[in-house]
Parts: sequence; structure tokens; C-alpha cells
Amino acid sequence: MACRTTNAMPLIAAILLAVVLCILSIFTGVADINIAALFNDPQALWLLAVSRLPRTLAVVLTGGSLAICGLIMQMLARNKFVEPTTAGTGQGAALGIIVITIMAPQASLTIKMLAAIAAALCSTAIFLALIRKLPTDQPFLVPLVGLVFGGFVGAIATFIAYQLDLLQYQDVWMNGEFSGVMLGRYEMLWFAAALSLAAYFVADQFTIIGLGKDMALNLGLGYRQIMLLGMTIICVVTALSVVTVGMIPFVGLVVPNIASRMMGDNLRASLPWVAGLGAMMVLASDLIARLVRYPYEVPVSVVFGIFGSAFFLWLLFSRPAHAR
Amino acid sequence: MIEIDRIGFAIGKSEILNEVSAQLPRGKMTAIIGPNGAGKSTLLSLIARLISPASGTIRVDGHNVQQTASDTLARILAVLRQENVIASRLRVRELVGFGRFPHTRGQPDAQDGEKIQWALDLMALSPFADRFLDQLSGGQRQRALIAMILCQDTDYILLDEPLNNLDLFHSRKLMQVLQDMAHRLGKTPVLVIHDINYAAKYADNILAMKQGGIFANGPTQAIFEDDLLSALFDTPIRIHQIEGQPFAMHH
Ligand SMILES: Nc1ncnc2c1ncn2[C@@H]1O[C@H](COP(=O)(O)OP(=O)(O)O)[C@@H](O)[C@H]1O
Ligand SMILES: [Mg+2]
Repeated sequence: MACRTTNAMPLIAAILLAVVLCILSIFTGVADINIAALFNDPQALWLLAVSRLPRTLAVVLTGGSLAICGLIMQMLARNKFVEPTTAGTGQGAALGIIVITIMAPQASLTIKMLAAIAAALCSTAIFLALIRKLPTDQPFLVPLVGLVFGGFVGAIATFIAYQLDLLQYQDVWMNGEFSGVMLGRYEMLWFAAALSLAAYFVADQFTIIGLGKDMALNLGLGYRQIMLLGMTIICVVTALSVVTVGMIPFVGLVVPNIASRMMGDNLRASLPWVAGLGAMMVLASDLIARLVRYPYEVPVSVVFGIFGSAFFLWLLFSRPAHAR
Repeated sequence: MIEIDRIGFAIGKSEILNEVSAQLPRGKMTAIIGPNGAGKSTLLSLIARLISPASGTIRVDGHNVQQTASDTLARILAVLRQENVIASRLRVRELVGFGRFPHTRGQPDAQDGEKIQWALDLMALSPFADRFLDQLSGGQRQRALIAMILCQDTDYILLDEPLNNLDLFHSRKLMQVLQDMAHRLGKTPVLVIHDINYAAKYADNILAMKQGGIFANGPTQAIFEDDLLSALFDTPIRIHQIEGQPFAMHH
């Protein structure tokens, strides 16, 4: 809410970095494309339009929206250490798809999507209800409950998949990677990104939710409506990204925490930065994933997972001391 | 005026408030006093519609708090609870600014900026305005929360033990500010207070509670009486008039 004059330098630097990463991402791959070829080689142009550009866009859209979802979830849970893929939302989405695949194998992608969203919503609602009973002065219990609960839901999904020989599918949803992204197969991510950016219009409401239920009521906020809106954004975005590219853990945890340390938790100010930082960090991880065993690829979830979990641990141990 | 009409409240099987009725006058500062567990915080939360009564009604300025839209009430009454755990990293100015939310819905104008600065100055927070809440001491954080409530600029201001963590200077300052708001601006501060001498000095009206009921309710001079207060706290208390003010000796 406060009007602060900000230095333009970080913004310019961030935009430059983003442009460089995008160009690197577009021109990295097994088939060599160079800029000159784009003007005289129709095949190169086609490859760019059908595969390279969609991949880069998919990475940017996913990274940005997952980071925003993490931030929103942290506001709803009033805890810095939760995010959709470690607290049951992503696992719920995967379970939803598996169950619908078994019950209605012929179901259209839209139906599968809806099943994933519904299951993610149930799972998230259960998690938020569980942590409501936890003491507020012990913030570490919340991520712990999240990990156990997420692990539990994920294990049910794995068990069902195992019984019915669907493990290879489940693997696709649980381990996110962008190698399969092509024109016509990633467009749902635009919707996910639009939805998470819409959160900007209720940024103040989400910040207030983060102050707690009593404060939200005092300020006249429709507490239930905002909780529900936040959960819907989180679940739709998570389900969409699980179905199109698979789960990429820790994005929603690492990115908002970096932003929080740097500029605080006033969403109106930090949300655009969270989106941008999320996109760039996943883009960088995707580049590493493509280059580290070139010409083979490592799933981006593995790359981000390694950095992300290390960062998570550092975060847990280096919490700034609060004078209570 | 705050009209509390036969309010009952229970948690599980245990009855917390039993048929509580009282009226708190408008434009006067009311102090709610009484022993631990008397139900003071519960009553304040009920007035502020943070919890719902099992029976009875509460009206603030004629609005039934259970039936009035929450955003309407947010422009009439503001409440600060006894315990506030804020996990978010917000700057003091941002937190105080959220007090304007019921009026602006996120579109603050220049006048809101002035209100925010006024609240910051009132609680002597200007030197810390751009600090994060987790970089403040407990007392400074409490002042930031109070500034946010004052910034909400409502006619009714409910504060549950606002002097917690505040030093002498800021306790006195806050009480003076609230008294001034009552007498000059016609606002109605309602405070739960433990130090009864602050109540004696600044409150116009006292609501004494004990064991989930109203023990006494009336003008300060009438309540500050040896037998009444001794019975309220089950402790021998003697009232001395010092410089024309009642002063309670209890140790
Ligand atoms: N969650 C709860 N479960 C059971 N009893 C409670 C709970 N919260 C408060 N109480 C009881 O309600 C009574 C009134 O509490 P409260 O209004 O906080 O008292 P006060 O503010 O006057 O000290 C106390 O006896 C307390 O033990
Ligand atoms: Mg109390």
C-alpha cells in the first residue's frame, strides 16, 4: 500500500537477464539453430515455432505461476515453509488423474483436468483444516504436517498406479520436465498464468489473509471467499501444470522466500517480482537440465529439486531471530 | 452506544458467559476490568463479531453485529486482540496502511497517506516506519498494531490489554490519545485493562466482570470503592484520593 520510490537499476538488470535467459533457452537444443538460419531456412523457423518457442514459453509460464501459487499458499497457511507440491496439492492432483483414468479411461482431457482440480481442492482443504489446529508459535510443525500429508496422498496415488500398472504415467506427472512441450500441447499453461496474475487484483486481500483470521475480519474482508479464491487459484494452476509438464517441487517455496527476504510480504509490491523470479529460476534450471548431460536431458524437477531442497534446509536453519 | 443484550457463550460444555447484559455509552472511554478468566476478552471478541454468541444480541451504534455486513462494521468498529502473531514481513508503514483498507478497498488516495502519517506520529513510529515488523521490539510492534487500529478511524475502538509491552511513557500517551478521542471527537474506546489505576485515571466508565458475568457497571467514581473492588479481585484494596483522583492501593 505504501508508495515507495524504487531504484530502476534492479528492474533493468532483471529484464536484461530475462532476455538473455530466454534467448539462450530458445537457441539451446540438439538441432542447431542460428539466427542467420531463421531468415533463409524454413525448417529452422518451423522448429522454432513448433518446439523451441513453446518450450521456452511453457517454462516461463509454469515458473511464474508456480511461484505465485507458493506465495498465495503461504499467505493462506500463514506459514513460510509450505507450497503446493510439498503439502498435498500436487499429489492430490496426481491422485485425481489416476482415479479418473481408471474410472473413465476414455474421458476427455477437460474431464481429467477437472478431476485433477477437484482432487487438489479436497487435498488442500484437508491440509488447511489440519494445520488450523496447530499452535501458531511453532511454525515448523506446519511444513512437517504438509510433508507427511503430501507423502500420504502421493503414496495412495503410487499404490493405485502400481496396482494397475500405471506407474509410467504417474512418473510423468510426478517428475516435471519440459522436453515433451510442443505447439498445441502446452496452451493450458497460458490459462494458469492468467489466473495466477489475476491474483494481483486481490493482492491486498491475500496480504491481509496472511495477517490472520481476526485481522481479516476486523478489516471487513470476506474471509471465506478470499480463502476459497486463493485455494481455487492454487489448485487450478497446480493441476494444470501437473497435467501438462508434471510436478516441479520447491519453486513455490524457494522463490517467494527469496522475495520475502528481499522486499517483504506486501503482495502488491512483491507479486510481480515473485512471478518474474520464478520464471527466470525455472528457465535457468531447465537450461542446466538440458546441458548437463548433453545431448540427453535430466528432468528439470531433479535440477530444481537439488537446489530447492538445499535452499529449503538453509532457510529452516537460518531463520532470522525474532524478538518476541 | 454498545448494547449487550443477554449474551450467552460456551465452549463445549463449559459456560464462559452467562446472560450478560450491559450498555456502554457513546463518546465515553470504558475500561473492562476483572480477574483472569472473567470473560473480558471473550466479551470483546463478541462485540467485534470475531466469535458468535450462543444466545443474545449485541448492537453497536444500532447495528446488530451478527447480521451486519463485515465490511460495513469495519468502518464502525476496530478491534485489537490480546495476542497477535504476525508471521508476515511487512513494513510498519504498510501494516498501518492496511488500517485504511475498509475505506479504500486497496485504492488509497492522498488523504489516506495523511491518515497513515498521523497514526504513525501518534504512536511515535516515524523513526521505524520503513522497518520490517520483525526488526522491532515487542513494545514497538504493539504500537504498530495500535497505530493500524487507530488508522482505521472508526467510532468504536476495542483494545484488549493494549498496554501489554508498552513502557510508562507510551502507556500514558496511548491513554491520553484515547481519552482525547472520546472527549473531543466523540469516539468510544473500550479497553480491557489490568492496571486498574490507569482505568481510574482515564476511563469515564467501568465494566467490572467476574466469573462470566457482569459484576458492576457504572461511572468510574462509583465503581472505585473499597468493598466493590476488593470483592471483585478477592484482594484487599483501598482507594485513596490523590490529587483529586482515586488511586487503588493493593499491596
Ligand atoms: N478454547 C477454550 N476452551 C475452553 N475454555 C476457554 C477457552 N478459551 C478461553 N476459555 C475460558 O474462558 C474463560 C474466559 O476467558 P477470557 O475471556 O479470555 O478471560 P479474560 O480475558 O477475562 O482473562 C476463561 O475461564 C478461560 O479459561
Ligand atoms: Mg483476556
